Amino acid sequence: MSFLATILTWLGQPERWQGVDSIPTRVGEHLLMSGVALALAVALALPVGIALGHFGRGGIVAINVANVGRALPSLALLALCLPLAFALGLGLGFWPTMFALVPLGIPPIVTNSFVGLRAVDRDTVEVARGMGMREWQVLRRAEIPIAAPIIIAGLRNAAVAIVATATLGAVVASGGLGRYIVDGLARQEEARIFVGAVLVALLAIAVEIAFGLFERLTVSPGIQAQRSSDEGAWTAGAR
Amino acid sequence: MTPDEPLIRWDWVFSHLGDIWQRLVEHLTLAGLAVAIGLVISFALSLAIRRYPRLYDPVTWVTGVLYTIPSLALFALLVPFTRLTIWTAEIGLVSYTLLILIRNIMAGFQSVPPDVREAAVGMGYAPNQLLWRVDLPLALSVIIAGIRVAAVTTIGLTTVTALIGQGGLGFFILEGIQRFFTTPLIVGAVLSVVVAVLVDAALVGVQRWATPWTRARS
Repeated sequence: MSFLATILTWLGQPERWQGVDSIPTRVGEHLLMSGVALALAVALALPVGIALGHFGRGGIVAINVANVGRALPSLALLALCLPLAFALGLGLGFWPTMFALVPLGIPPIVTNSFVGLRAVDRDTVEVARGMGMREWQVLRRAEIPIAAPIIIAGLRNAAVAIVATATLGAVVASGGLGRYIVDGLARQEEARIFVGAVLVALLAIAVEIAFGLFERLTVSPGIQAQRSSDEGAWTAGAR
Repeated sequence: MTPDEPLIRWDWVFSHLGDIWQRLVEHLTLAGLAVAIGLVISFALSLAIRRYPRLYDPVTWVTGVLYTIPSLALFALLVPFTRLTIWTAEIGLVSYTLLILIRNIMAGFQSVPPDVREAAVGMGYAPNQLLWRVDLPLALSVIIAGIRVAAVTTIGLTTVTALIGQGGLGFFILEGIQRFFTTPLIVGAVLSVVVAVLVDAALVGVQRWATPWTRARS
């Protein structure tokens, strides 16, 4: 039987579409885990990054957070969260994965919101103040809208890293699409491995595209036009 | 992971020093080979982009998509074709270095001041000499910065290849998870981070040695 036929047969089984190990369930688990982790990471990191950028303090901290995030490999982080979750009596699966996902999302958000706000032209900020804006108005109506493309790029990097690592969560017995890959490797079922991998890849690309659309919808057109297409040297983005 | 089990058993570490060394070497070989192959491919592609600038968008698009695919999925996609061999690991690891390296090589070339190039042309440098004796040396510090990011990322991702039977230090992480035994898990995780930090520091050293003129400025 050809490889394609094996995959189609595997996809044709009823348990692929209904029940605990079905594709819709696994996609749902993956999105739930990633969504909760991203929301927590945003809640923790965005105010810090924006505050540091606004007051222009702690630049070294903000930049180094990104470097630490890059040096800490996702599998190692996941592995180290396992004994932690056990010590707290939270067991396998969801919690150790969550402990790994949230810290992975934080560095790109902190760094990009800091860098984005710092990159706002000081004259523009002065003009906003001169127009009589209060400090929080300067932030909300001048600095954040201008920094939005860079902040959103940070959110996108965080989301892609989280979706990728949620796949690895299967190693510590969490749900999500990683289950197909890890179980497939254990059972030597190539169709399961392959379909799992394709779905994870599509999900990651979809997240990337979704953030692109989000940027197009939220960022003011004038600022989008200003941005050069050349993004230059690699500065941020942990994986 | 029973309550009375210590977080790390030093007797296990000392009785497995040989194993640990072997996996460490394996890890560095897998990662080093990937960065080296990635650098050769990226350099060739960057030269092609310099010659034909229209290639920039398609090349960064393809390498960008590769970079977006989560590591475990990329390795898994290759399994039906390359099986559980070293090539599955290497193809995956190399793909992740491309976007980082190409971006930095191109940014490095773009950072060369046009006046300097014009002076070199005026002095009679041929295109080839211009590349090797002017552009490359001046772009080197940005290129090495890219190699640092690529190396640190690759060392981290190499741990994931344990899932497709390759390993390096990831072998200990997986063993620790599967046997509920924290000692190898911590050994594998901590060593991979330490190796990444040491390699990064070593590359900073290389950068300072290779581009002495940047020292005065920074």
